[in-house]
Amino acid sequence: MPKDPRIQKVLVIGSGPIIIGQAAEFDYSGTQACRALKAEGVETVLVNSNPATIMTDPDIADHVYIEPLTAAVVERIIEKERPDAILPNLGGQMGLNLSMELARNGFLDRSGVRLLACRPDTIDRAEDRQLFKDTMEKLHQPVIPSKVVEDLEDAVAFAGEIGYPVIVRPAFTMGGTGGGICEDEEKLREIGTNGLRLSPIHQVLIEKCIAGWKEIEYEVMRDSKGNVITVCNMENLDPVGIHTGDSIVVAPSQTLSDHEYQMLRTAALDIITELGIEGGCNCQFALKPDSFEYAVIEVNPRVSRSSALASKATGYPIAKVATKIALGYTLDEITNEVTGETCACFEPALDYVVVKYPKWPFDKFVYADKSLGTQMMATGEVMAIGNSFEHAMMKAVSSTELGMDTLRLPGLAQLPDEEIVRRLAVQDSERAFVVYEALGRGIPHEKIYEITKIDPWFLDKLQNLADAEQRLRTEPLTEQSYRAAKKLGFLDKTILRLSGAGALPCAPARAGFKMVDTCAAEFAARTPYFYSTWDEENEAADFIAGRGGKGRKKVLVFGSGPIRIGQGIEFDYCSVHAVWTLKNHGCEAILVNNNPETVSTDFDTGDRLYFDPLTPESVDHIIATEKPDGCVVQFGGQTAIKLARHMEEIGLPILGTPADAIDEAEDRERFDALLERCGIPRPEGRTVYTLDEALRAAREVGYPVLMRPSYVLGGQNMIVAYNSADVEEYMGVITAHVDMSHPVLMDKYIFGTECEVDAICDGEDYLVPGIMEQVERTGVHSGDSICVYPPYDFPPSVVDTLVDYTGRFARELKVVGLVNVQYAVQNGKVYVIEVNPRSSRTVPYISKVTGVPMVDLAVRCTLGEKLRDMGYGTGLWRGGQSPYTAVKVPVFSFEKLHGVDTMLGPEMKSTGEVLGIAPTFHEAMLKGLIGAGFRFKTPGPGSCVIISVKDSDKREVTDLAWKLHDYGYKIYATAGTASYLRRQMIPCSTVRQMSGERPNVIDLLESELVDYIISTSPHGRDPHRDSVRFRRKATELSIPLLTSLDTARVLVDALRSEHSIDGMELVDVAALHRHAAGEARISG
Amino acid sequence: MQAYLILANGRVFTGQSVGCAGTTVGEVVFATGMVGFQETLTDPSYYGQIITQTYPLIGNYGMNKADHESAKVWAKGYIVRQACTTPSNFRCEKTLDAFLKENGTVGIEGIDTRALTRTLRESGVMNGAITTEFDPADAANAEKLANLLRAVSAYAVTGAVAAVTCKAAHTFPPLTPPAPGWQGEYGSSGELPPAADGEKPLHIALLDLGCKNNILRCLRKRGCTVTVLPATATAADLAALGADGLMLSNGPGDPAENTVVIQNLRQMLDTGIPTFGICLGHQLTALAAGAKTAKLKYGHRGANQPVTELATKRTFITSQNHGYAVQSGTVPAAMGAVSHVNANDNTCEGVAYTAWNCFTVQFHPEASGGPRDTEFLFDRFLSNVRAARAAAPAGADPAKTPVKEVR
Repeated sequence: MPKDPRIQKVLVIGSGPIIIGQAAEFDYSGTQACRALKAEGVETVLVNSNPATIMTDPDIADHVYIEPLTAAVVERIIEKERPDAILPNLGGQMGLNLSMELARNGFLDRSGVRLLACRPDTIDRAEDRQLFKDTMEKLHQPVIPSKVVEDLEDAVAFAGEIGYPVIVRPAFTMGGTGGGICEDEEKLREIGTNGLRLSPIHQVLIEKCIAGWKEIEYEVMRDSKGNVITVCNMENLDPVGIHTGDSIVVAPSQTLSDHEYQMLRTAALDIITELGIEGGCNCQFALKPDSFEYAVIEVNPRVSRSSALASKATGYPIAKVATKIALGYTLDEITNEVTGETCACFEPALDYVVVKYPKWPFDKFVYADKSLGTQMMATGEVMAIGNSFEHAMMKAVSSTELGMDTLRLPGLAQLPDEEIVRRLAVQDSERAFVVYEALGRGIPHEKIYEITKIDPWFLDKLQNLADAEQRLRTEPLTEQSYRAAKKLGFLDKTILRLSGAGALPCAPARAGFKMVDTCAAEFAARTPYFYSTWDEENEAADFIAGRGGKGRKKVLVFGSGPIRIGQGIEFDYCSVHAVWTLKNHGCEAILVNNNPETVSTDFDTGDRLYFDPLTPESVDHIIATEKPDGCVVQFGGQTAIKLARHMEEIGLPILGTPADAIDEAEDRERFDALLERCGIPRPEGRTVYTLDEALRAAREVGYPVLMRPSYVLGGQNMIVAYNSADVEEYMGVITAHVDMSHPVLMDKYIFGTECEVDAICDGEDYLVPGIMEQVERTGVHSGDSICVYPPYDFPPSVVDTLVDYTGRFARELKVVGLVNVQYAVQNGKVYVIEVNPRSSRTVPYISKVTGVPMVDLAVRCTLGEKLRDMGYGTGLWRGGQSPYTAVKVPVFSFEKLHGVDTMLGPEMKSTGEVLGIAPTFHEAMLKGLIGAGFRFKTPGPGSCVIISVKDSDKREVTDLAWKLHDYGYKIYATAGTASYLRRQMIPCSTVRQMSGERPNVIDLLESELVDYIISTSPHGRDPHRDSVRFRRKATELSIPLLTSLDTARVLVDALRSEHSIDGMELVDVAALHRHAAGEARISG
Repeated sequence: MQAYLILANGRVFTGQSVGCAGTTVGEVVFATGMVGFQETLTDPSYYGQIITQTYPLIGNYGMNKADHESAKVWAKGYIVRQACTTPSNFRCEKTLDAFLKENGTVGIEGIDTRALTRTLRESGVMNGAITTEFDPADAANAEKLANLLRAVSAYAVTGAVAAVTCKAAHTFPPLTPPAPGWQGEYGSSGELPPAADGEKPLHIALLDLGCKNNILRCLRKRGCTVTVLPATATAADLAALGADGLMLSNGPGDPAENTVVIQNLRQMLDTGIPTFGICLGHQLTALAAGAKTAKLKYGHRGANQPVTELATKRTFITSQNHGYAVQSGTVPAAMGAVSHVNANDNTCEGVAYTAWNCFTVQFHPEASGGPRDTEFLFDRFLSNVRAARAAAPAGADPAKTPVKEVR
């Protein structure tokens, strides 16, 4: 069936902010969908609250709405744009749930909008636990004994029937939020209560625990004609019990015979057929290791994280094909773009092994609980391709940027064998390393298997790596042992380090690149998608020799690796835009990245894609094959920046800002000299190595002080110390976790307003598209602050100073491209906090709200163009005037990160962000807060607010407390705060602390009467502290918690304002861009 | 031990020996299935060929008797990138290496199988040799190499069907359905109903041209009594058997070579017996009908080949293993028409006959290894057989052959 002619205009719903369990993969799928729609001549309307995405680009969709993802907003967009159809299955759970809501409430029918790809009853049959079970029973597909309950006592009774351990799975939550394994009734009562609360329909599944079975996934597709295919199957190294997002996953399956493979494949195809899905679907199975017994665990009737992985692992563009199917095409009518000749109705054959390794945020949150279970914890992932499992695994480990180049985790070596065996039983983020340590010590595979249920096949492969590492340590390095180690994936520097040899015994091995072609070389393919091997043949070299368009300048673009807190999707946005601009300006752009969730790793984004680690050695091999003319490092976050020095060493020209500028901005002494030259003030500071020095420095400078290690990575390990105890705690943690060859920097902490400026510089002129003012005062990481464009209360003199300082930095650092500067403003005086001569987190946000295509202009600068010729002018864009205010609101994943203090500080904790854009500050703020998930409640009978603040905040909180009281809330406060408030004539009740006698604040929290909490007291990271536990408890109960008075103030003002989102203007961001580009054309 | 793969074009790949040491000459082909290496190795259709597995890790789950498609390895040699020495699966009985040794199969591992596959794709199927007996790069072995290359160039797969077919007829009873409570396979493919109550089991003659076990199993688990006939069986042999239907198996070699079989087959089909042909069976039927076959450049060998059924426009993922194909334009219109085509290269994948009660497919509906999506074709065949039996005059007793258990 060809394309349905009735579909002329389609609405695509994105997945909203990045949170754990819903990350960049939906930007990849949404972007691919939009591009497929565009290619079919369909007009696209896109809505997503997340401004950091590529899908919200005006190049990607025709109409772009960065608006809160609520049914009411989407309904209004539909009324405004009048699309013919809605594409629900490419925007993750968020997009799907919203579409279903609109379908169920009859809105789609009323407005004559067709729902493509699925029907609400299909979704229910996959996602509603009971309907799912019934559907599987109809198909004779086995499921695990389970029961849906809506009441805790029923849960306990059923668990008694089927026996512990049991798993709790809340209905309609994404990433398994709120679920877990319960060993006994006590645990069930705890997790069950939580799960019931988190489920939007107050429903959980209690299920028999089948931990230890193999976990196998199939990605399947179906079209309207009923054609069905499997794109890929995957085997989890970790057995059932650990969320697949937290598992090491291999593709294809390794330990399944044809019999088991086909049995599960047939089951998956039967399921998608019965559900009648038109598009992609993910089926997860548990397979008993010693029989053919299996069970269907889960079915995701949409494009998912696993399908992004499957797409990258096979080269099969699932999202694009799913979109075409939604438009009416059938699989046999769609061309396999990889070969250009065969059709999409086939199953990819791999001739390599893929390993996916999760990226967890635990390196950042030292106090977080690292254990893994049915609730996903990873913020991102890396993928590696090799022609052996060992090689792929080694590539994956070095791609995760944990500072490891083998699976040997420093610290485990000191533990006794008994401790290692004990830790084998602990399912946490370090278990793969513990297994490796155990294998290295000769602990028998049977014993490891018995404890971990990791298939002996994987243990044997890991043993090969452990043995090779041991041999390198103990035996002299010969050419033979060198070659053997290379084949297993050891880096040259690792081999030298382990063997202690001064030099390699022979010329270093040269990588041969192989192509990912979907068909195991059966057909000639034209995909420029490669991975490194140690084979002699180099298909990339052949491809380069045979391609057209020779003589173009070749530029290497480094991607940003796995998504993590502090380095998220915004850097993929920058990398992808850099590639597009390079291509548009006559260059060949070659991408290197290792993140399967992103647009950058789509094989058609750059001229060529190398899916390999971003380590110096790996990149050297790519350079040897490509012989590029230069590279860009400023768009791929810290991951790419870290390669800058190496590029200088090997003499590959860096386009744009020189590598030395990075050092100059990061090295304290050089930075001080720079400030001197620029004549720019900064807070007083010291460099210290020891606790004594730190305490002395703090006294000299005066508390509070900002402490951070030099060479800061995205605010990592940064705190504000208010007293000597804070300094002592910090120095203790930092010396345990950070290499002390780099000192700790201590700066006088400036109380004031923080703001951020991004600029583009061509070496002479500079352009500041916009200035962002942060709502939270200094001390809260800029990534965690609510951030407003344009500034809402700076006098023109401050704005002028900010622009002037930024220009001085840009020129003095010889920036060619992007620079980001953070300032603190105190009493009209501007101080510099830090300068980053690279793209920043705020680039996509500012690009979108100002209409200035920042990455595009920056790349053109690096290619030698001048800003004055580009039409966007120099200095401050439009004189800082904007028809709209845009508010960026951070989004956190605290519900998933157990043990992490939700108190905001200088270390970034948010995983994503949303944008509110509206004509006024208050409207934009309201949109932003709603988009970020704040539920605006009206006080009902008994509704209350808890306030507990530190002494220095008490004066300030008074006004807030009065406003809340006036709005109708009952105020509860902890003893100190309460007596202060009462002295200010604000009625309030005292509530006992958590450690106090019951009833105390816990009981109040559990009463469901608490609408908001304001807690700023006392600061600390140790999860056992009373205040930290209090905040954790509130988070687990999903009670909005404000840890900064500034955030509280804007929220309270928004609450009390007369504004309602219902009548607010919907802003088409694409139109803003067209307008800005028009202006640029006229002036340029 | 070092081993060498020497191609007819002189290209040498150096690897390590797996399986038996020695020298072997054959036609080098590649198979793209990611699982099912054991089914591939024991598939008689690979007679005379040296198999290259494109998936790099082979033998991960070891060997087990139940999944053999015949009693032994028929291929001349085996090429893998990495043969697993520590297989893991609950049914694993032995390693790939041990199995190859038992079968006297010469193999090589540790070579760049993708580079080899690309060579075969570009130049077409090529003869080659695996040897562990001399280093072809050593000038001292120049004469040995020249001799071996002569043998390689001269090699042709001939007399394949005669080599692989059974020597005498054997009859197999229907398989009983699994007992209740059986902890085996669930789902639609494993639990097809046996013959209806009271119905006399259908009796199918299976012409063994190099038959895979699963063709036999697919018929038996559908309640059929199956008599396997050697490829030399004549129409008279078939008539004496009194079977309800005729199944033509897969098999190796150049189809056009089997002139006697084709002759016999034409006479069998002329009797009007319901017939279903797979792979070589499909090709021989076409030749019997007057169509032509031709050798493909490098064949279809894998578990991911899309086949479109022209009548329904549905496309199915199929398992395939063939080097020759029926030339679509050559099927005489009076005999029948092409019913299935390959969605990638449009080659003939099936023929529906009007002159005979027969349909045939190039792909493998019996799977093993590969997808089971077209197993329903056996049901289609058996409903043809039932319909023919219902229409047949009473009195004929097809089940007069005594049933004896052989395998």
